[in-house]
Amino acid sequence: MEALININKLNLFYGAFHALKDVSLTIPEKAITAFIGPSGCGKSTLLRTLNRMNDMIPGTRIEGGIAIGGTEIYSNEVDVETLRKKVGMVFQQPNPFPKSIYDNVAYGPRLHGITSKRELDEIVETSLKSAVLWEEVKDHLKRSAFGLSGGQQQRLCIARALAVNPNILLMDEATSALDPISTLKIEELAQELKDKYTIVMVTHNMHQAARVSNQTVFFLNGEVIEYSDTEKLFSNPTDQRTEDYISGRFG
Amino acid sequence: MPRQGLQTVNKAQTLSKEAYDFKNKRVSIMNKVMPILLFLCASVSVLTTIGIVVTLISETYQFFQKIPIFDFLFGTKWSPLIPPKSFGVLPLLSGTLMITFIACLVAIPLGLASAIYLSEYAPKRVRKIVKPILEVLAGVPTIVYGYFALSLITPLIQSIFNSAGVFNALSAGIVVGIMIIPMVCSLSEDAMSSVPRTLRDGAYALGATRFEVALKIVVPAAFSGIVASAVLAFSRAIGETMIVTVAAGSTPNMTANPLDSIQTMTAYIVQVSLGDTPHGTIEYGSIFAVGMTLFVITFLLNILAQYIARKFREEY
Repeated sequence: MEALININKLNLFYGAFHALKDVSLTIPEKAITAFIGPSGCGKSTLLRTLNRMNDMIPGTRIEGGIAIGGTEIYSNEVDVETLRKKVGMVFQQPNPFPKSIYDNVAYGPRLHGITSKRELDEIVETSLKSAVLWEEVKDHLKRSAFGLSGGQQQRLCIARALAVNPNILLMDEATSALDPISTLKIEELAQELKDKYTIVMVTHNMHQAARVSNQTVFFLNGEVIEYSDTEKLFSNPTDQRTEDYISGRFG
Repeated sequence: MPRQGLQTVNKAQTLSKEAYDFKNKRVSIMNKVMPILLFLCASVSVLTTIGIVVTLISETYQFFQKIPIFDFLFGTKWSPLIPPKSFGVLPLLSGTLMITFIACLVAIPLGLASAIYLSEYAPKRVRKIVKPILEVLAGVPTIVYGYFALSLITPLIQSIFNSAGVFNALSAGIVVGIMIIPMVCSLSEDAMSSVPRTLRDGAYALGATRFEVALKIVVPAAFSGIVASAVLAFSRAIGETMIVTVAAGSTPNMTANPLDSIQTMTAYIVQVSLGDTPHGTIEYGSIFAVGMTLFVITFLLNILAQYIARKFREEY
């Protein structure tokens, strides 16, 4: 597996708070990488640096570098909007727009200038199919997205993210607000998507990381303690703190 | 010794009896009196409304005994004080609508733009300073705005358009607009900032710019609140009195030229109330008919606002 994302000595500050400390990490292409660790360990913060969502938070300061496919994403030449188009994100709470199912998925393509009805129809269909939602909603695409269940809404959000044709999909605890069955569906979906997309997920649920991911990164207090193949990390961690965490001694 | 034991038992019994006495007189009286008191307070405004409506209706009814309602509603000449008397309300209505139209043309774009700025762009610190200032602006007495129109805006307009009179609809309309900007801005901003962050995040994550998020996510999601603010501003402009009395003139004039002097319904009511028109005359009655017209218009507008707000509500 080729490394797609290279994070090099990244430090991030929220005002005076040092949220990420000297994080160095590579994330492989077309695989699932899981970030685990206790609350406040910086895993979501790191995820949000990958599509620069942290830019929006006043007082955020970054040192060090993140390169995606060789391009330094915090350099001045990078267009944040284009970056975000290429690095999609799914959030903790399903956040469909107050629009129809169709318009939710078509929102991104329209934003980026696609107006042809035929083209949009095609994108909506393939995106919903990729998110394994098509069969459930194909007969009422004009209905409000709020009529869907939480799990369906989250899959809609995934379809919405896929509709702008990203390379990377970030999932920020995307299943923590869902019931076990919906969670399972999203996990299966992630497994399918990794053939085409590079997925980075933050999860509170160690079992989820163990079930789904190829690589796992363990965070503690803003530092990366350890990262390796998921199997190795869970069966044979090198750091004592990792072992303590995955065996449930804290966190 | 056994006696002492008995006493202790008795004491314990009386104690427990007190502990389980739930009949607290003071609280139960309060519970009965307070709702009545509060109801009386609430009914003050309800009774006032009823009183106003009843007066309006009865006086208007008497007026229409003397003047046919058709002549009033569709007549194009308003000359209640100078003979030959004529009571066609259309000139007053057109004057009012012209002022309102100009005011909304000024207030809605500017108010909305500043609301978008405050809610989507402004740093927290700026918002904290600007919003209270805007609300102070809303508290400036309208007479001050009136003379602001007359002594600043009118000369400005006259320097651009030679044909503009000392009293003209444009000047008054612009200033009424300025007056209602804070209302449009403040209410729209409230509606926009209550749009959840997660919706904005969703759009940003798709590569939307700040402006696209504001225009295509926040404004549609806050649309019902924005419309409500616009309609409220509209009815505020229709009912505005002091600015138009001072700056728009008192010539009931059916014109489409905003540089002409006009008279609004409210300004006419002021004119008659200030004069020495005797109680019970037709002229006196006419102000109630005009007031009733005004009341019906704003009432319909409020219903319209509620309908629009409900129809376009995007739930989140």
